[in-house]
Amino acid sequence: MPPSERRVAAMLLLSIGGSAALGVVYGFGGQPQLEGVLLAVALGTLGGAVIVWALRLLPQEEVTDHREPEPSPPEVRREATSELLHGEAELTARRTLVRLLLGALGALALVMIFPIRSLGPRPSRSLFHTEWQDGSFVVDRNGRRIRAGELAPGSVVTVFPEGFVGAPASQALLIRVEPALLRLPPGREGWTPLGYIAFSKFCTHAGCPVGLYRASVHQLLCPCHQSTFDVLRGAAPVFGPTTRALPQLPLRIDPGGFLRAAGDFSAPVGPGFWELS
Amino acid sequence: MIRRLVLWLDDRLGAASFAKQALRKAFPDHWAFMLGEVALYSYVVLVLTGVFLTFFFTASGQDVVYQGTYAPLRGVRMSAAYASVLRLSFDVRAGLVMRQIHHWAADVFVAAIVAHAFRVFFTGAFRRPREINWLIGTSLLVLAMAAGFTGYSMPDDLLSGTGVRIAYSVLLSVPVVGTWAAWLFFGGEFPAPVTIGRFLALHIMLIQALILGALGLHLAIVWHQKHTWFRLPGRTEDTVSGSPLWPNYAMKSVGLALAVFAVLSLLGGLVQINPVWLYGPYDPTTVSSPAQPDWYVGWLEGLLRLFPDWEIHLFGHTIPEPFYPGVLIPVILLAAYALWPFIEQAVTRDREVHHFLDRARDAPGRSGWGAGGLSFMVLLTLAGSNDVLARFFGVPVESVTNMLRVVVLVVPLIVGWAVYAACRELRAHEAAVPPFHALRRDAAGGYIESDHLTKERAE
Repeated sequence: MPPSERRVAAMLLLSIGGSAALGVVYGFGGQPQLEGVLLAVALGTLGGAVIVWALRLLPQEEVTDHREPEPSPPEVRREATSELLHGEAELTARRTLVRLLLGALGALALVMIFPIRSLGPRPSRSLFHTEWQDGSFVVDRNGRRIRAGELAPGSVVTVFPEGFVGAPASQALLIRVEPALLRLPPGREGWTPLGYIAFSKFCTHAGCPVGLYRASVHQLLCPCHQSTFDVLRGAAPVFGPTTRALPQLPLRIDPGGFLRAAGDFSAPVGPGFWELS
Repeated sequence: MIRRLVLWLDDRLGAASFAKQALRKAFPDHWAFMLGEVALYSYVVLVLTGVFLTFFFTASGQDVVYQGTYAPLRGVRMSAAYASVLRLSFDVRAGLVMRQIHHWAADVFVAAIVAHAFRVFFTGAFRRPREINWLIGTSLLVLAMAAGFTGYSMPDDLLSGTGVRIAYSVLLSVPVVGTWAAWLFFGGEFPAPVTIGRFLALHIMLIQALILGALGLHLAIVWHQKHTWFRLPGRTEDTVSGSPLWPNYAMKSVGLALAVFAVLSLLGGLVQINPVWLYGPYDPTTVSSPAQPDWYVGWLEGLLRLFPDWEIHLFGHTIPEPFYPGVLIPVILLAAYALWPFIEQAVTRDREVHHFLDRARDAPGRSGWGAGGLSFMVLLTLAGSNDVLARFFGVPVESVTNMLRVVVLVVPLIVGWAVYAACRELRAHEAAVPPFHALRRDAAGGYIESDHLTKERAE
């Protein structure tokens, strides 16, 4: 057996061995790494055998094809064009029928678009409003109401309106800061009892949860595209692609000492859309 | 046996005359011509493993409590889709290796298409008469990316769910129709329970039907127009030479296919990819950091991260910021890429038929634009990991972003200009050197030019 032929034979035997081993591994319950390796052995040696066969054992010959020019001969082109034009003339001679045909096709096409409307509900007011209302208890992920005095300054917790834990549009971040540091926009006096301040956690850029809080500089940072918000100045954007502040949630403390919302967010939450003014 | 089969088929289809020509068809041998084949064979792997995965996937956003074998997530609420991927990964024999081979094959599929597109671009293989096939090829790249995105979004894990969330916000940002489009496409306000089922339908039916159609057309046109070849001594523009299809080229191509399968199996077995159990189920109020998408979406992510906070407000309406980096710029880039053959024709006024390939230096303008564009995309992809870069170099992410905002605009210009200048230099230098001729002394003592030697040297 010539050396190349021996190599091919050896690789084919290896491939058979790989397949057999793969069968055994599978039979004994499977193991992902071994499965991948043995499959690669079976396929790789088979491929190697085929390639060596093609390069070493087959006679190497070169064949030459003639390229036909792409355009058809002129008279064929002329005939094809005139056939097309002739047919078109036959059809368009009846102008009324042509117009009706186009009308029928248009009407059909139009009505075929209608089912697209079935794909989803009408965009609702939920783009503008969340589940927060005046009086909603502020609860954490476990649905536990939060008491004033629970959070130390500098801490942050994800909160929801009671009864809506996990609702994406209503997710908010409750932060406690030193009240003297706050420089909120006018009209938000009384929204931050005892330095409790809450913002929508729903990034105004592309809707990721604004998950990171840099307590030392009082900045919220969205890990998706690094939009950064200044908590002390009403979560105004200070860096990154976003254009709008995180909407603020007005807070109050009820006589029982529980944190409650004093209304919905100061603006529509989440990423921008056409209907947003 | 074979003889009888041929006769049987020829009696019914007249196949012999086609086969006679087809079996001797010339296929030029060059490593760069195999890139498209690598894409094709990755696609074969995708279809085979994909069918297997579909048997085990539950395309449902319905809430379930996980009770499977993966202990860290036992008792956790998750979608039925995510739970089915966990089951496939941990409880179905050979399930994990199939899933990982599928994911690797998807990444290699897109990579091979991109590499193939670059080969075609820089050699000018898209020129007349091959403009239509360039357009089909561009469509295939877009379809491959769409298949990839819908595919890796289906497990409904925290990482991919965040990607879908961003895609929803980008669609929402389209002027006038964005809100309706997002609600209709995703089946309601994000996260809607029907979205995963839609992705499955798109991933395994619509997109695959389009890919198969475009792929068939792509190959049929290549077959009909015949392959291009480099400009070498002894070659003429109206012939094409190479290995005959049967048996040489067929064997080589089957060997390549098996090699691609083997590499993907090795990757799928040994190199972990998309370990969704580590990310946890998707929850729209939680996010992981850092978060990067599959590699071919990186440039879009980079655009979203780098684009400044510009937004247009007019007549009580908003054209939100994500529209520009998420829709407008990508559409412009893709359009320029798809229409390149026509742009180049308009600029160079070269409307001739070309079957010989250019080398990069033969078209300095094209090579410059291509290299500049390529570096732009690479830098954008890097920008998609600006947080990882910041952590790696120990600098604030703001600095990385600000620097990249300048770099992505300046460096491609420099790269493009440098490649353009280098190509011109090489071409000018080449024109100054007389072409190589091999001479052979004949029996009579005279010298004749040896075609054979000239060709060998050139190769």
